[in-house]
Parts: sequence; C-alpha cells; structure tokens
Amino acid sequence: MTAPKTIKKTPLNEVCRKYGGKMVDFYGWQLPMQFEGILKEHEAVRNSAGIFDVSHMGQIFVTGANAFKLVQKINTNDFRKATIGRGLYSHMLNQEGGIIDDVICFCLALNRYLIITNAATTEKDFEWIKKKADKMNLKVENKSGQFAMVAIQGPNAPQIVKKFKPETENMVRFRILETEFKGEKIFISRTGYTGEDGFEIIASNSVIAEVWEEIMQLGQAYSIKPCGLGARDTLRLEAGYLLYGQDIDDKHTSLQANCGWVVCFTKGSFIGKGILEKQKKEGIKRKLAGIVLKERGVPRSGCKVYLEGEEIGNLTSATFSPTLKKGIGMGYFNNTGLKPGREIEVEIHSRKIKGEICKVPFYKGTAFAN
Amino acid sequence: MPNAEEVKYTKTHEWVHVEGEIAVIGVSEHAQSEMGDIVFVELPKLGQNLEKEKPCAVIESVKSAFDVYSPLSGEVTEVNENLNSDPALINSSPLENGWIFKVKISNPDELNELMNLEKYREFVKQNA
Repeated sequence: MTAPKTIKKTPLNEVCRKYGGKMVDFYGWQLPMQFEGILKEHEAVRNSAGIFDVSHMGQIFVTGANAFKLVQKINTNDFRKATIGRGLYSHMLNQEGGIIDDVICFCLALNRYLIITNAATTEKDFEWIKKKADKMNLKVENKSGQFAMVAIQGPNAPQIVKKFKPETENMVRFRILETEFKGEKIFISRTGYTGEDGFEIIASNSVIAEVWEEIMQLGQAYSIKPCGLGARDTLRLEAGYLLYGQDIDDKHTSLQANCGWVVCFTKGSFIGKGILEKQKKEGIKRKLAGIVLKERGVPRSGCKVYLEGEEIGNLTSATFSPTLKKGIGMGYFNNTGLKPGREIEVEIHSRKIKGEICKVPFYKGTAFAN
Repeated sequence: MPNAEEVKYTKTHEWVHVEGEIAVIGVSEHAQSEMGDIVFVELPKLGQNLEKEKPCAVIESVKSAFDVYSPLSGEVTEVNENLNSDPALINSSPLENGWIFKVKISNPDELNELMNLEKYREFVKQNA
C-alpha cells in the first residue's frame, strides 16, 4: 500500500480534538489514537458504551434493476439472505480468489445496495465494482466523500441509540434503517467492529458533528466515552475480526483466512469461486489461526511462531488482551495439526514464549449473544 | 523518594536518582505518557552487568514496545518486582512506585553526562 501524499481529515476532526483525541495518521486519514487511554476506552465499550469516528470508511451505492445480480457476482456471501433492510459481512475476491476487500453490503431496496468498504481500499473497490458492472446498466456511486460515520458500541449502546431514534429498538443485528436527522437522510445499522452490540450511523459531513454531540449527550447517563483507534484495534482483535491490509489482502483467499463461513458455494457463480473450490478440494496449506500466550509477554504483528521448534509462520495481528489479560494474536501458519490447545511458541524480543493455538473469537461480547 | 527536580535524565527518557553508591532508575513522566497504558515490563536480571546506553529492559504498552536503556554502567542490585503484578505503576507513579531497577554505580563520571530537569524539558521540547 502506498502512502497518500496528503493526510485527509474527517468532518469530526475538530470534535475529536475538542474531546482530547491524540491524533495520528491512519491509512492516509488523521484519526484519534486515543482519548483518555486505550484501556479505559476498551473497558467502556465492554462494560458500558463508546463512540468512534469511523468516517474514513467508504460508502459505495449500486443502483439499478441488476443490482442484486452484480452484488451476487462480486461477493462470496449469498445475498439471497439479505432481504430489504438487511446486510451481510462478505468478501470481494479477484479472479485468483485473493481478497480485494472485506465489506458489509446492505440491501436498501430491491434495486439498491450500499457497500461499506475499508478506508484504504475504497478507490480500488470502486474501480473494480464499476468494471464488473459494465454493460449491466447500473449506477455505481462512491459517496464516501459526502458521508461520515460514527460507531456507538457496547452493552449500553442500544439504550442510547433508542433515545436518539426510537425506531432502532427492534432492529436485529445487521439490519439497516434509513431515517432523517436535521432534515438530512441518515442510515443506522446494527453493526460494529468491537464484538459488542451496537450501531453505526452514516450521515452527511454537514450533520455528523451534531450526531456525535447528541449521542454524547444522550450517552452521558450510560457512561459513554469517546474512543480511538487503539481501543478499536484491541476490541476487534479480541472479537477475532480481521483487519484488511494486515490480516487479509489480495494474496490470501477467504478459505486461507479461515472465513469459510462467508463463502456460499451453492449460490451459483461468483468471482474467485473456482480457486476456492480447488483449495477446498485440495486442502489449505496455510491458514489463519489464533494463538494465546500461556506465559507473560506481549506479542506483536510480525512475531515468529514455532511448533515443536519449527517456524510455522508469523503473527499478522497481536496484542495484549485487556479483557483476558493475556497476549493474543493471529497469523497464517502451516496447516499441520493446528487444533486448539496445540502448544506453540512465539518469539518476542528474541525469547520464545509458550502459548497455544486457540479458537477465535478470543472473547465473545454482546455482539455474539444472538 | 525523589522528585522531578532531584533526578537526572537521559536522552532516551530514563531518570536516575543517586542514593550513595546505588542509582535508582526509571522512566520519565513524559515517557510514560507517550507510551500509554503499560501492560508488561521485562525487568533486567539481578546481578546482570549493564553497560551504559545499552537496552536492558522492555516496557510494553497496549500500543507498542519500548526499550529501556541503562543510563549507567554497573551491576543490577535490585529490580522492582511489583511491576510484575502491576506494570501500570509506571503510569501512575513513574518517579516513585514505578522505579524499574537499581545498579551499583561502577563509573561515577557517567553521571556528569546526564541532564537536569531544565535541560531535559528543553530536550523534550526540541524533539517534540
């Protein structure tokens, strides 16, 4: 990934600074690393609520009679399951089965879909989708520049968002709702990247600061805290969520990334299917798995992992888990007997620390409740 | 217990407090604030002979790992075992309960190379 020359600011830049955000550059965007501190923010999301600026994420709209057909073609997941007002987590693959992006794609209407993309991949995704939509008489629009986004996450998030918009009360997970705020159209989905229940609100750049302030005000009684990228990373990693560009990329397939659950082989053809079928038949030689440390130490991405003294791979993401109080991580390992409980060693500062292969998610928050 | 005025500082953000022939060593208030929440400290070994400006301990925060460089040469006489159970002591009390290790000073001349608080503050400002 090449670093963009200019650093982009989200419409919440001022607001984040006002709340004490320590700003850093993240994939070309200036975003808060932390406010009060990563651990406090992490705990707030696990126990009460947190609000995140996620305006760097992209929004691509596909409109037209063939929208469903295109969405089915470019995604691994089966969008027959996504009826109006519902979304699915999915992978978009290239012809070689490599992951172009991991997205959440919502069905807004029979002829209209909204695809939420990663910050650094939005442009690439947009070009890819346009190319694949060729001659399908579809309108493909990248509206990332007009929309901003906040995430409200944590066990108290539903009560806060219910006060913001009462109609969110009965939304189940991965539902999306179109409504209005200050005369502007906004989208509210019951989704997130923390492992806790919560919502994401997409609103135009002009009203997003007011959304943030109103949520902060309503959330006060529910101990809401502004949260940064640091907590977002520890939370998503505990929940076993992958980070594009770090855990997955176009060099790995969904099956190698241990994401067979987002691939539907019975839905008909989709881009990359042939390679996945071949991998499924022949077996995966290298696969993503989780590790947990049994001794003290903090694993980091890049750390080497050993099985019976032999190097089997590197960690792609790893951290100290604030909830489990242990080192956790994931990475691609040679796929030989990688059952949970299998002893491994992780090299940290030239020392080998004992750990074991473990199931992912490392921690199941309220998002996994239903 | 030392206060910020009494201790000497290194360019790598450690502080040193001399108590007779023993030097107590930790990291500065500024350093702990930059590191963020500290979750693990790899302490030097008792009896280990440290060389000046060589890494001798590792502080891990949620964000990243930071090396601690010994400000002085000498033998490690004591390490702060409390950091094993409560590494965040460095965050809450960097100059007091969050001290990291003690060395027996082998070359007192090395102390002359350290900065006082005023110079250290200037150094931090320049390198901000």
